Amino acid sequence: MTMDRRAFLKLASLCPFAGAASVAWAAASPARKLFILVELKGGNDGLNMVVPYADPEYARIRPRLAIPRDQVVQLSEQSGLHPSLAPLRAAWDERRLAIVQGVGYPQPNLSHFRSIEIWDTASKSDEYLDAGWLARAFAVSPSPDSYAADGVVVGPGAMGPLAGPGARAIALTNPEQFLRNARLARAEGESRNAALAHILRVERDVMLSAERLHVGGKLATEFPRNPFGNAANTAVQLASNEAGIAVVRLSLGSFDTHANQLGTHANLLKQLGEGLAALREGLMEIDRWDSTVIATYAEFGRRPHENQSGGTDHGTSSAHLVLGGAVKGGFYGARPDLARLDGNGNLPFAVDFRGYYATFLERWWGIDSTKVLGARHAKLDFI
Amino acid sequence: MTVERGAPIFLAREHDLHTMRVLAAAALFIASIAAHGAPIGYDGARHLLNRVGFGATDAEVRDYASLERTQAVERLLGGARREALLRPPAFVDAPFEPYYRIRQMSPEERMAAQRRLVEQGLELRAWWLREMLVTPSPLTERMTLFWHNHFATSQQKVRLGQLMYRQNALLRREALGNFGTMLHAIAKDPAMLVYLDNAGSRKQAPNENFAREVMELFTLGEGHYGESDVKEAARAFTGWSLDRGTGEFTYRRVWHDYGEKTVLGKSGRFDGDDVLDVLLARPEAARFIAGKLWREFVSPNPDPREVARWATIFREAHYEVKPLLRAILTSDAFWSAENRGALIKSPVELVVGTLRTCGISPFDLRPAVFATAALGQNPFSPPNVKGWPGGDAWITSSTLLGRKQWLERVFRGSDPATMAMTEHGDDAKAAAPGERYRRMLERGMSDYAFDVERFDRAIASAPGPARIDRLLLATDAVNALPDGLDSAERVRALVADPAYQLR
Repeated sequence: MTMDRRAFLKLASLCPFAGAASVAWAAASPARKLFILVELKGGNDGLNMVVPYADPEYARIRPRLAIPRDQVVQLSEQSGLHPSLAPLRAAWDERRLAIVQGVGYPQPNLSHFRSIEIWDTASKSDEYLDAGWLARAFAVSPSPDSYAADGVVVGPGAMGPLAGPGARAIALTNPEQFLRNARLARAEGESRNAALAHILRVERDVMLSAERLHVGGKLATEFPRNPFGNAANTAVQLASNEAGIAVVRLSLGSFDTHANQLGTHANLLKQLGEGLAALREGLMEIDRWDSTVIATYAEFGRRPHENQSGGTDHGTSSAHLVLGGAVKGGFYGARPDLARLDGNGNLPFAVDFRGYYATFLERWWGIDSTKVLGARHAKLDFI
Repeated sequence: MTVERGAPIFLAREHDLHTMRVLAAAALFIASIAAHGAPIGYDGARHLLNRVGFGATDAEVRDYASLERTQAVERLLGGARREALLRPPAFVDAPFEPYYRIRQMSPEERMAAQRRLVEQGLELRAWWLREMLVTPSPLTERMTLFWHNHFATSQQKVRLGQLMYRQNALLRREALGNFGTMLHAIAKDPAMLVYLDNAGSRKQAPNENFAREVMELFTLGEGHYGESDVKEAARAFTGWSLDRGTGEFTYRRVWHDYGEKTVLGKSGRFDGDDVLDVLLARPEAARFIAGKLWREFVSPNPDPREVARWATIFREAHYEVKPLLRAILTSDAFWSAENRGALIKSPVELVVGTLRTCGISPFDLRPAVFATAALGQNPFSPPNVKGWPGGDAWITSSTLLGRKQWLERVFRGSDPATMAMTEHGDDAKAAAPGERYRRMLERGMSDYAFDVERFDRAIASAPGPARIDRLLLATDAVNALPDGLDSAERVRALVADPAYQLR
């Protein structure tokens, strides 16, 4: 363990903004509240998720795609949720659902891959960083030594915000299967070959986490029988683990609805709504709802004007959902102003996504966000 | 050779500086001939065949070991096929089943059609993996897979197996042919037209999906075009569509925008082909492809100067692929010791390569298809239009354990107790029909067992542990192997080693 931590520090010192890693490590690491991130892969249509149903411009620019007013789950006199998100009504009524509108960044990039990289690394639009923003956060402020992992990515896909040497992170689909197979990891050592060094690091993280994961308890909560429902189930199992886990990342997609959007989007939001509702119920069952915050993110929203294929093209800022027993529910950010689109027909942003991140770092974990994000960003009051 | 090389340098010391420079250059030239002229040897042949194909048997490696660099590369390029060796699944020749007919079906019929399409996809994948396993031209299949990853198109959206097959045949035909020809053909390829939504793009509100990706992912790379270029190019591609009845490309005049467009500083009444030519005229295009091929064949870290050299060769050859590959495969970077074992095997390389190297030829390749999919690479279904990210991203805790588990199963033999313990075997959630089907197929893995006696006989001409190690690993094993292992135990230990994940 000692050697592992030393190796970790050596790696952490290579990260940007991680200068204080050794100091932070010397201080006692307090237990850490759980943060569940949900990536809406492909770029979610925020305008049809949080619907500005009272704005006549909305129906005008979306003749085929506008959600009819009488189907919207109305939350205020201006805005409401897509009907597929009706399962989130309970959290809203308890004032435990925050809706953050207009989240984006200056000089938006409309490429999926570049934009998600910007979100994952919390970089500027024209800045290239290697490590994910959460990996940098853990480099600055490591989780307690006793933790099973800094982060767990559930399901296939990249490590995203947890990528990079600063975080002790694992990926798994099913925890029981992970534990069964963990016996196959047994390599020791280091290598100058970068590819081999990566494999060895993954083996070591598997061995460390497997020692401390004890899952398989039966839950009364029923989860939807689809991959996102299974992932929500896994998230609750991980949340119930005795040795801590600081972050769980789930994902759902693809939201890249260039054509025939209505049905596809309704189905995806149904999975999202039912999955998040089950997640809430499961966390309440294991008494972790108050010590967990759940937040969505995506590379971008979609173009307000629908296209000729019954879909929407890549856009910029979008709405995001934050839920949890400690969340102050309500609307944050700014309602989309459809009369004020930019030269490409896209929405300006109201909330910098790095401010969104800073809110979790500072208010949820008490980490100085400037050490992670490199600058100060305005925080929001949803926590 | 050494003596002859040394002689002119010695003589040069007695001459003036100019002569010395000339002679030194000559000596360098001779030295480089010497490096190219020596046989590549067993380790060199293993390196070459594993990088250009999917594993290689001991016999194949020995066959190439006595060749010189250029001879070996010319033999690979000269023997490259443009068509598959194996007959494709029968469904590809069946009458075309249009989308609209599926939409008109009753719910039961539609379910049956859906199952048929899933089955087609499986057959297609199993056929392709078999082709990779048995082809005399593995380089063709590697390049076909490379272009599939480059022009990534997924059956998840395209659905019709016939269209996926047609695109695969196109990619194979031009895999070592001409990139410009391939780009023009792929822009009109029905599967691509569906996948990136161009099939429905009309002048009143063009769909930007294809126009963006053709610049960002297929030719120039991110940062070498602007938002207005995307919008203008999208106008040029309007009307490139699909015939509903035949599934062939069709040009819909009434949907096309005939106005003037400006793309990357060039203006005219462009159609799609004109825009593609504008993109091909940009120097970034050759650099983009050359850089990607560095990461495919050499290492994760391209050397910009060498990539620029390759890009120049590619451009001057009018985008012919073979001259580019010749430059890559004969380069010092490709052969350098530090780049051996510098790449992580993709799931397809791991699975097909293991079967090929160890002489395992299963009756049913669908379990291998499931294995590659579970490990993160389902051919004909890349995760998105950027393809599989590859590199370090292939290995997470989940996929690494999956790889080790699959290898353990193959090399533990056909012990029935082992066969019952499949990946999701004792998973309570495995009751879903898809899972049951999967389990049934995994039982079909009983003939994936490794025949160690046959393997031993095949390398009998040079027995001993060193040869097995050199055949199976691209670089030294991480874990020290205990003494006294028999061949079967030794193979099991080697494939379990982290170094086995490298190529």
